[in-house]
Amino acid sequence: MFDIKQYEKAESVKDAVRLLSENPNAKLISGGTDVLIRLREGHSEYSELVDIHDLEEIKGVSYTDTGDIEICAATTFTEVVDSEIINDVLPVLALASGTVGGPQVRNVATIGGNLCNGAVSADSLASLCVLDALLITESAEGEREIPIIDFYLGPGQVVLGQTEILKSIRICLDNYAGYGTHYYKYAMRNAMDIATIGCAAAVKMDDGKIETLKISFTVAAPKPIRAKTAEEFAVGLEPTEENIKKIAKQVMNDVTPRDSWRASKDFRLHIIETLAERVIKHAAEDAGGES
Amino acid sequence: MITREISFILNGSEMCIDVDVRMSLLDVLRNEGFNSIKQGCGVGECGACTALVDGVPYDTCVYLAVWADGKEIRTVEGESRNGELSKVQRAYIDAGAVQCGYCTPGFIMTTTAFVEKHKGKDIDRELIRKEHAGNLCRCTGYEMIICAVESCMKDS
Repeated sequence: MFDIKQYEKAESVKDAVRLLSENPNAKLISGGTDVLIRLREGHSEYSELVDIHDLEEIKGVSYTDTGDIEICAATTFTEVVDSEIINDVLPVLALASGTVGGPQVRNVATIGGNLCNGAVSADSLASLCVLDALLITESAEGEREIPIIDFYLGPGQVVLGQTEILKSIRICLDNYAGYGTHYYKYAMRNAMDIATIGCAAAVKMDDGKIETLKISFTVAAPKPIRAKTAEEFAVGLEPTEENIKKIAKQVMNDVTPRDSWRASKDFRLHIIETLAERVIKHAAEDAGGES
Repeated sequence: MITREISFILNGSEMCIDVDVRMSLLDVLRNEGFNSIKQGCGVGECGACTALVDGVPYDTCVYLAVWADGKEIRTVEGESRNGELSKVQRAYIDAGAVQCGYCTPGFIMTTTAFVEKHKGKDIDRELIRKEHAGNLCRCTGYEMIICAVESCMKDS
């Protein structure tokens, strides 16, 4: 049994905001694959719950009138992987979402929860960073939009206030149309494992040269990062093998991985450079560039 | 103690019970005598507690019992009909895919959902492996389990 001391089921987002306002100790539970495990480990800060499991209002993937993609926060990873829209225009997110846990976990775990728990190893994170996702939240103070790169404060910490709920993740048309993309999760096993390093890239080509490169890493720093030095260096280069190697070297200026029992810092640096080369190459090819 | 009344269909029979909100679906199913549901890891990694909720496999150890309200739940106890094993159960026996048996009920439910989802489609071993990656077996080395799933797909 889980040590749940208070339990309220929210009927809507507004209702959840109200319940969170009434109890400053309350935490949200959605898919439960993180919260229930923390409870089982004895983390008493999760013992008062506001339940938004399966809340229809924040499920599903759709186009907005302006061609942006709206991914509601309580959409499960299985629903993301199976979504026609995601597969059509955000294949990198489908690829990343398919690497989460195992099938049973993907059937219940939500994309919003993956972000809100603040894990720097979150599988959807690198892809959402290169797509410049906007996070739409609602709280007692109203709605706001947060660029994903500003969402994280440090390991396990995000900017959400006590009454604030992530409602949806928006990918603007300009941030996906015309880009080639790729993602690679490096882990010790192919399933049921946490990323040692995650890397996503989005490349836009112009006349055989890289017009824009966006490249993001997870577990390469205390927060998810975009490798800005490498991104600037890449502009105007042809995606040849030699140039991609040079770009991957530049990535080293932007990352600060740590030693942990999962992998040493040196090993992570090696993986970061290897993945940078591999992921940029695939993304450039996907964008129509030869390499 | 905080309780909620929930109703659901379990292996075809309607149930209406009061549950403690602290309970997982695993706790409730085992309390009701459905002991095919095994607790292995308790953290959603091993799949020994897999049941189908509206036809989809879930780890019942990390699924609150209150979430089952209004759902249709299936466990291995409901898979055989009139003493006759289901096709998936039969295939596991014929392929020698059962050794100690602890993971078997969870595997059977994952395979049952897999066969129903992919009926009539061309599937390869890689997809079988990917969609069974949430169930661990320490005895068989998985080869016979994959063979059992393949034989179910051939017959469907």
